[in-house]
Amino acid sequence: MAEIPTPSQTVGPFYALGTSWLHTHDLARHATSGERITIAGTVVDGDGKPVPDAFLEIWQANAQGKYAHPDDPQDKPVDQGFSGFGRVPTDKDGSFHFVTIKPGAVPGLGNSLQAPHILVAVFMRGMLRHAYTRIYFSDEATNASDPVLGLVEDVARRNTLVAERVPGKPEYRWDVVMQGERETVFFDA
Amino acid sequence: MADPVGYKRAAPSTQPNYLHPAYQSTVKRSPSKKLVMLPHTLTEITGPLLGHDAVGAQDADLTKQHEGEPIGERITVGGRILDEDGRAVPDTLVELWQCNATGRYHHDADQHDAPLDPNFTGAGRVVTDAEGRYQFTTIKPGAYPWRNHYNGWRPAHLHFSVFGRSFLTRLVTQMYFPGDPLLPLDPIFNCVSEPAARDRMICSFELERTVPEFALGYRFDMVLRGRNATPMVG
Repeated sequence: MAEIPTPSQTVGPFYALGTSWLHTHDLARHATSGERITIAGTVVDGDGKPVPDAFLEIWQANAQGKYAHPDDPQDKPVDQGFSGFGRVPTDKDGSFHFVTIKPGAVPGLGNSLQAPHILVAVFMRGMLRHAYTRIYFSDEATNASDPVLGLVEDVARRNTLVAERVPGKPEYRWDVVMQGERETVFFDA
Repeated sequence: MADPVGYKRAAPSTQPNYLHPAYQSTVKRSPSKKLVMLPHTLTEITGPLLGHDAVGAQDADLTKQHEGEPIGERITVGGRILDEDGRAVPDTLVELWQCNATGRYHHDADQHDAPLDPNFTGAGRVVTDAEGRYQFTTIKPGAYPWRNHYNGWRPAHLHFSVFGRSFLTRLVTQMYFPGDPLLPLDPIFNCVSEPAARDRMICSFELERTVPEFALGYRFDMVLRGRNATPMVG
């Protein structure tokens, strides 16, 4: 007999009390290989107002496209100094930034290949359950054949999942827009 | 590489919608466009395995984090982390945060006119054992007002955060106490339409967990998403 999963509830306004011990702006501080990149942006609500009480949880593969997890069967090296996880809070002005390693490509379903990407869970006061989205990279040609990006029927909206490389710098811009014209693509995961 | 086994998707009545107007803050913070169905790839079925090295032995006792004893009713809260099929979720991080006995959070943004307790911060963490068990010792939190609606009060609750084995099992929830008269009035508790799912968020008094001469015990099991049946190898 299957049990009903426990319902999700909002993190509320005071989550930092319990979550801040894992807050970070540098996932890559102990990483030994890969390109160090910065991803920065702003979380905004349906009025375009910055959200100062949100945090992002980040999950990604290492530079070789390997997840630090026993269920990843790929014969690729794990970087002991890089877990691929980070919890990144927004600031008073709704902005966030984090340094990480640019992930490698990872397998998709049916022997497909997924373009390099980061999985993101968005938490905030006013969200009863976290929202899933992904970050891709504007300088990756394989985005065009990525099977998950291809699931977004409105082609223009795919860009909300693509972090834009800042010319000449190892930095990307990527915003989380909760509603409206520029609304980020969120996934039913 | 064979396709990974994905996770079950919840019946809509058992999890909240993003938009729940009775909780006003959802109105501008809920996705308005249709979500895109995400297949469960290697990215989704893996996730951070946190805890054992980061959590100290004292982190599960919120009454021992300061020089003095906090004010309020001491309680122990614990249970098991399970998946939908009743399997234990071992070695997984459980985080807890809460207000104090007066209904005040140790947080700059909390403007409620109730006293802070210098001996209570209200945050703890623990990692489940091999059978998925966890336990905290803490203080029973107070109810507190909020400005969502006229004369609104949050029922006493603990905030829990659990990871599980993958990024899909991630759960942040709130635990409520049995018989709380504020429960029928609370838009956050009532965001789920299925009563049996709501009941999942209410702990139960447990004499076996009650420590004689010290603290009442409450049991709170949390159920994470389970995996689909393993596909037949053809």
